[in-house]
Amino acid sequence: MKGRLGRALVLALPWSWMALFFVVPFVIVLTIAFAEPSEGLPPYTPLWRWTEEGGPIIQLNLANFRLFLEDPFYLEAGLRSLRVAAVSATLCLLVGYPMALAIARAPERWRTLLLMLVILPFWTSFLLRITAWIGILQDQGWLNGALLALGVIQEPLQLLYTDIALYLGVTYCYLPFMVLPLYATLSKLDPALLEAAEDLGARPSRAFLQVTLPLSMPGVVAGFLLVFIPAVGEFVIPELLGGPDAQLVGRVLWMEFFQNRDWPLASALAVVLLLLLVAPIAIFQARAAREAA
Amino acid sequence: MMRRVAVMAALLVSICLSPNAQAQPQQVVNVFNWNDYIDPYMVQRFVRETGIRVRYDIYDSLETLEGRMSAGRTGYDIVVPTSEPTFSRLARAGAFRPLDRSLIPNLANIDPALQQQVASADPENRFGALYLYGTIGLGINVDRVRALAPDAPMDSLRLLLDPANARRLRACGIVMMDSAADVIPMVLRYLGKDPNSTAPEDLRDVERTLMTIRPFIRAFSSGGVIEALAGGQFCMAFAYSGDVIQAAARAEEANRGVTIQYVAPKEGAQLWFDLLAIPADAPNPEAAHAFINFLLQPDVMANITNHVRYPNGVPASRPLVAAEVANDPSVFPTDEMRARFFTIGAVPQAAERARNRVWARFKAGR
Repeated sequence: MKGRLGRALVLALPWSWMALFFVVPFVIVLTIAFAEPSEGLPPYTPLWRWTEEGGPIIQLNLANFRLFLEDPFYLEAGLRSLRVAAVSATLCLLVGYPMALAIARAPERWRTLLLMLVILPFWTSFLLRITAWIGILQDQGWLNGALLALGVIQEPLQLLYTDIALYLGVTYCYLPFMVLPLYATLSKLDPALLEAAEDLGARPSRAFLQVTLPLSMPGVVAGFLLVFIPAVGEFVIPELLGGPDAQLVGRVLWMEFFQNRDWPLASALAVVLLLLLVAPIAIFQARAAREAA
Repeated sequence: MMRRVAVMAALLVSICLSPNAQAQPQQVVNVFNWNDYIDPYMVQRFVRETGIRVRYDIYDSLETLEGRMSAGRTGYDIVVPTSEPTFSRLARAGAFRPLDRSLIPNLANIDPALQQQVASADPENRFGALYLYGTIGLGINVDRVRALAPDAPMDSLRLLLDPANARRLRACGIVMMDSAADVIPMVLRYLGKDPNSTAPEDLRDVERTLMTIRPFIRAFSSGGVIEALAGGQFCMAFAYSGDVIQAAARAEEANRGVTIQYVAPKEGAQLWFDLLAIPADAPNPEAAHAFINFLLQPDVMANITNHVRYPNGVPASRPLVAAEVANDPSVFPTDEMRARFFTIGAVPQAAERARNRVWARFKAGR
């Protein structure tokens, strides 16, 4: 009896947190998504009115959602965002996997320090770090300066405001989200398995491919999702580092909200984006739960 | 950037310097203004003279301001929207508090003719006090543009919108203001159409014109081009008059052989007005009125114009403005130039979406 009460209390905290900071804002966004824009404060029509008899009339405007299907503009922005997120997550994986593996196999006393170094950039403001990249990548920036001084190039390369800068920025910013879950899985691997592989005649490369990699797949998937999902809606990095043709979904959302002042359409876009992103997480969760069982 | 830091530092100092800091519960005024749009010493002077503390925030686009104002409860006491389309739209939506004229005796200092001109956005000047105004045109790095395109007209939008010219200037860098609301009317005017036209075929012509120069544009900027132009990073900008003139002044100070010039194109330049207004839910309306009244003094306005190189609406400030600023026709335009200026109005939401779509395609270059 006492144990059940205690458990309920412990669970109440995360649940109320979720309700307050996820469900309530989501419901607000959802109601705006079904409204119509209007000139006023706030700039959309209320979802329900009261009749003279005191009953509510609810008006749902579905036009916003229909527009996404009819106008290829939104689909294109969405697909481009998915591509950027997928490429960035893959780059994070390629850079992050060796890092995580190296940390996991480093001597015990070094590991905490190495992990700290991975997390260290978080101690500086995200915006400052992106601004620092502007300083590095711009035409008169450090990178071009160094390349010019070394005589590798004669004219400064345009790096800033290109896809290269965009991928670099996203990969750099989200790398810790890849390294940490990978490290968590890799550090738990039983070294005896690798010894067994060696005893059976497997070369290190084969042992990696047949033992380490398959066993670290949960970490790979978790890291990939942790990078992929926020990268899809990323607004700041493409805005500051990417070229003007980086019309990603975050930018489109901003445009609908600020330039067109169409809060309902922007909200509808946010809702669709969220639902599309929740699906892969739900599948991953369900699979993880099945495997655990 | 450095200068913005300097402004902020100056303001912080000014807050600390305020005289009766501990005396009575201190009044505060929360100001939300454009970047690079005030003389920071005038803010210090306001604090010294009134004992009211100033919290100063900046924005770099009307969209940012309007988005926050639409959400309400911004906590700001002073905002500085442009008369059209932002101010008029927010005024209609009930976002502003009517000015209490008895608290702003200096409203009488504003040029009645200019007041008349902004009355179309603010009937009877109920909500707004004219702060500064200006035009949008070309900022040119004279020597580099002459060297690359010696036969191109320096006083015409053709310098930017004719692909033959833009192609040659590509090498030294063209930067475009990232604002559909300002660029599209300019292109309409260049094409000989009504700058406020929302006709789909006009918009198509605009898009076609813009697309021909798209490959030659290096960057789109919000938040001004002052440093980039003064530093020689770009040789041509489509930008606010005062920003270009500030860049010119800074290039001259730096003395590194960069000469910047502002051109109000002969085809016509957009004339805009920025108004001081008080949000309907401003927490300190009394302090806000005091701030507006302080700004509208001739000597304060003269200092601001000297600093930001935009003309103000207080004629009595003119003799106090530094001669090189007062006599600069790109700051205070001549009547002949004025006749070619045009103003823009708000367009319906559907038209605005169509414009922003053109703009998105233009930026993407496809």
